[in-house]
Amino acid sequence: MSFSGSELRAELAFAAQAAEGEEPASGPPGIGPYKLAWRRMRRNKVSLFFGVLFLLVVILCLLAPIYSQDVAHIGPNTGNLTGQIKVGGKLEYILSLQGIPIGPTWDIHHYFLGADSNGRDVAVRLLYGGRSSLYIGVVAMLITMVFGTILGIIAGYFRGWIDAIVSRMSDLVWSYPAVLLGITLGTVLNVRGLWIFHSTTLLTTALVVGFVYIPYVVRPIRAQVLTLREREFVDAARQQGLGSLRIMFGEVLPNVASTIIIFVPLMLANAILLEAALSFLGAGVQAPNSSWGTMIEAGLVDFPGAFHTVLAPGIMLVLAVMSVNIFGDGLRDALDPRSKAAI
Amino acid sequence: MARFVTRRLLTMVLMLFAISLVTFLLFIVALPGGNPAAMIAGRLATPAEVHLIAVHYGFDKPIYVQYIHTMANIFDGSAFSYQQGFNVLSQIGTDLPATLSLAIGAGILWLLSSIALGTLAAIRSGKYTDRVLTVLSMVGVSLPPFVLGNVLIIYVGYKASLIPLGGYVSLSHPAQWLWHMLAPWFTLSVLFVGFYSRVLRGSILDAMGEDYVRTARAKGLSEPQVLVKHVLRMSLLPIISLWGLDIAQVIGGGAILTETVFNLHGVGQQAALSIGNFDTVTLLTIVMLTALSVVVVGALIDILYAVLDPRIRLS
Repeated sequence: MSFSGSELRAELAFAAQAAEGEEPASGPPGIGPYKLAWRRMRRNKVSLFFGVLFLLVVILCLLAPIYSQDVAHIGPNTGNLTGQIKVGGKLEYILSLQGIPIGPTWDIHHYFLGADSNGRDVAVRLLYGGRSSLYIGVVAMLITMVFGTILGIIAGYFRGWIDAIVSRMSDLVWSYPAVLLGITLGTVLNVRGLWIFHSTTLLTTALVVGFVYIPYVVRPIRAQVLTLREREFVDAARQQGLGSLRIMFGEVLPNVASTIIIFVPLMLANAILLEAALSFLGAGVQAPNSSWGTMIEAGLVDFPGAFHTVLAPGIMLVLAVMSVNIFGDGLRDALDPRSKAAI
Repeated sequence: MARFVTRRLLTMVLMLFAISLVTFLLFIVALPGGNPAAMIAGRLATPAEVHLIAVHYGFDKPIYVQYIHTMANIFDGSAFSYQQGFNVLSQIGTDLPATLSLAIGAGILWLLSSIALGTLAAIRSGKYTDRVLTVLSMVGVSLPPFVLGNVLIIYVGYKASLIPLGGYVSLSHPAQWLWHMLAPWFTLSVLFVGFYSRVLRGSILDAMGEDYVRTARAKGLSEPQVLVKHVLRMSLLPIISLWGLDIAQVIGGGAILTETVFNLHGVGQQAALSIGNFDTVTLLTIVMLTALSVVVVGALIDILYAVLDPRIRLS
């Protein structure tokens, strides 16, 4: 994870370097670079496995309402402070008399992963929390990639004062440590609310996370466009009388596509992690919504009486981020022909 | 060279100015009514009392005057936190030892272990060891401090009673200090080791193909000699500069999560607290500290670079 900005910066630079090596000429004639990459990817069983694992996590979280209504029969915010459930044939309190929540029952219908300190079903909350985490992760990643790519291409293509403004702005953003900037913006927006939304929504956190990472994408894309704009095909397009917009998004964009593809899983993993960090520190997702980060923070109340309220969301979070990271790593190897030489 | 350094310093100063201004404005905008006086006065204060406090602290003056006033206070050491009630510089002085202990200890740990693991992966490149290390490094970068740290506290600290459950003990009790720092060092290092060792592995493999390595082999040097004296020496450069930036950020309070999880009462934890309290003065001071440590550590790293790479010394 790149809670320190410099690490993420370097990571993206390396990823961009890998993508730049890609030339259509490599490989047998008649096979496009993406088809070649797919062939390499298919052979990388480990990274495919983790890609499928991540999809599984996503599907599970999407099925949260079905699990809640038809299997567990309890909502994510339904508390049960005084109730009892049958575990292994005998009745047990959901919250003990000392207020310690019951641990995992491993019974798919009742408190599969135990209860939290309000007597809510951890398994149901885990899936609903996962929906928020993944939603914020994906939206933030899209914000970062769309704005990062557009700004990077514009800055690299026009150079001059436009480039100067974009570059100085991104310098300003990334000289702040990512988490520090995130909690500052998150706190401010959560207190004030965004004027468009009038209240705090999941989108507020997604905007903060997405914004923080924009410069990390702008820089490498800009650097690549700076060299691409000197190439013959751009000259040819200009000679044909194409406008700047057509050249930037019709000619240059396809040539940075592999960099963008490599960045997507990297930024997704980082976005999910930053959201969890902000929520853990109270500057991200706000009640009544929950995410894995807020669940970990709330679960610490039960320590040392119970651990599952911290462990369950923690394990889910690590599982999701790890599978995106390992899949992304395989993707980078597949898109970089030189990676074979390195291995 | 001198011109390069001056320009870098000037950019840094301008950047500091811009960062402080943005932070200041953000909080002015965020505060209810833009007036910290209402917050200091409390819920039951009359408008007259709020006004009195505003006049006393100068919140009734134009924003640019307030900004200049705040920055001047930070630099002459008289900055006072209205929200938390302490002299900011002396509070940061109290917080700094914990943060420095974390940064230096963890920094050494993550640098040495990533050199060891990265070199191992490069020597065994393509073999089983290399693949296992690659997957492990991906696991490492996916372990945030608030998960790994809490797992350590639960299992190693609470269940096995091998480490304390958090807190910082000053260096005047060296054994206790070490005892309390072990888990935070490990937690913070794991984040970095994965990525660092992969960068090192890549640059070692790149260097292996260089002419000077072939020359060294042709001279009849043994493989370990080639590796340590020629390959590693050059391959360490990218890692060292990365390391400098990361260490500087940790010293400047960048390890907010690790410090919070282990309750170290360091600068990072203070930064998180200050943001929660809308304590502009303390946050501004910490942001200045981050920038300062980036400049100082950056200079130190440049010197280290020159030691490792003779070509830089010559120019």
